Amino acid sequence: MAQVSELQADTEGSPTFGEVVIDIDHLSVWYGGFQALRDITLPLPGQRVTAIIGPSGCGKSTLIRCLNRMNDLVPNFRAEGHVLFEGQDVYARRVDPVDVRRRIGMVFQKPNPFPKSIYENVAFGARINGYTGRLDDIVEHALRQAALWNEVKDILRRNALTLSGGQQQRLCIARTLAIEPEVILMDEPCSALDPVATLKIEDLMRELAEIYAIIIVTHNMQQAARVADFTAVMMMAPDRAGEMVEFGRTRQIFTNPRDKRTEDYITGRFG
Amino acid sequence: MPRTAFDQRLTEIQEDMLVLADMVESAIDRSIQALKDRNVEVARQVIDDDIKINRKRYEVEEKCLELIATQQPLAGDLRTIVAVLYMVVDLERMGDHAEGIAKIVVTLADEPPLKPYVDLPRMADIATEMLRESLEAFKHRDVERARAIIDRDDEVDALYNQVDRELLTYMLNDPRTIERATYLIWVAHNLERIADRVTNVCERVVYLVTGKVEELNVSKY
Repeated sequence: MAQVSELQADTEGSPTFGEVVIDIDHLSVWYGGFQALRDITLPLPGQRVTAIIGPSGCGKSTLIRCLNRMNDLVPNFRAEGHVLFEGQDVYARRVDPVDVRRRIGMVFQKPNPFPKSIYENVAFGARINGYTGRLDDIVEHALRQAALWNEVKDILRRNALTLSGGQQQRLCIARTLAIEPEVILMDEPCSALDPVATLKIEDLMRELAEIYAIIIVTHNMQQAARVADFTAVMMMAPDRAGEMVEFGRTRQIFTNPRDKRTEDYITGRFG
Repeated sequence: MPRTAFDQRLTEIQEDMLVLADMVESAIDRSIQALKDRNVEVARQVIDDDIKINRKRYEVEEKCLELIATQQPLAGDLRTIVAVLYMVVDLERMGDHAEGIAKIVVTLADEPPLKPYVDLPRMADIATEMLRESLEAFKHRDVERARAIIDRDDEVDALYNQVDRELLTYMLNDPRTIERATYLIWVAHNLERIADRVTNVCERVVYLVTGKVEELNVSKY
């Protein structure tokens, strides 16, 4: 596993690691008696896109959902280890999970806009979070950031469900951005989209990475190769617990992986 | 889980490249033999055969591009395809150098021989040994073997110097030899370039195994 100091080194043409925003430290997770994650340690950089890849069932989604405590409501969920967000453990007793989720936003596999107007979808989060500024400005800013403004500026009152799948997903990203998070988690954000919509979201991820830390779980290795600065590879151990196999610069992972299991997985010889 | 069809195509491009390498080696051998024997017929054959070498290169290139476009190769697979793509270019250019020697054989056919050839065949022997050895290093993914070949390039460079100096003395002593001697310096230059291109092949073997692009040989010429 590449060390942060190694990734921070300025290698010509490679992204530098920058500041660690989320530091996953020896994290293990259980659902009842089943261990879903084992001893995961992974530093995640700010203003970069980090992809988490691995075969089905290896715990990628469980891991990403631990970062903003989305697993709390899963029955019998139990975690050991730490998820440090800007130095603070998100699982510490006094931490409010709602606050964590506001600061660490999430976009899901299937676009899930509320059955309300486009405007309300974006304004909703800001409103319930008590924003006092002009909501119109917040909505426009978020829609612009999500590269959707030009397509919807004249139909803001239309029901969000009338938008195409790709537009709905960008609307969900706008909704996430409207409450000004610091990190955006994306769990297979393009798996329900066609190739054109997928490329738009990927371009958007690159733009958003200039401001936010983006963590993306994807099955699509080409997508990880295209969009991510850093890539983490997970695998399932024989007892089906998810483990971290390799983490490094995306270019290194896809051209010259250090771990045989990574090589087998990304060259399609796994299984 | 094997990827049978893909693995088959991956093996095929490597085998095709080795066939191309055989064609090139034969062109080098025959061009030097033609020079020694003053055999214009063999030289013309080498010139005619160059088109086959070129075709083979483009055939392998096309197969590599098709694999990249359709199979999204990654990691070791990607490095293999990229290495083959670069190696076929170097091999094809070695074929051009052999063709260059063959053309000189044809040009010199009506001229009286300048001297018996000793160092030029020696250069050709070393260059073809280097070529064969580099392909063995490729087949066995042997980085150390690839690195060891680089040293032999110095022997070829030294012989090139020697040939150059010797022919220069001929030219200084008798200006009537200038044209023939210049052509022979070109023969030596072609052989020197072949050895240099073998070192490129070795660099690709190192890249294929380690993923690192290293300049192993800085040519003196």
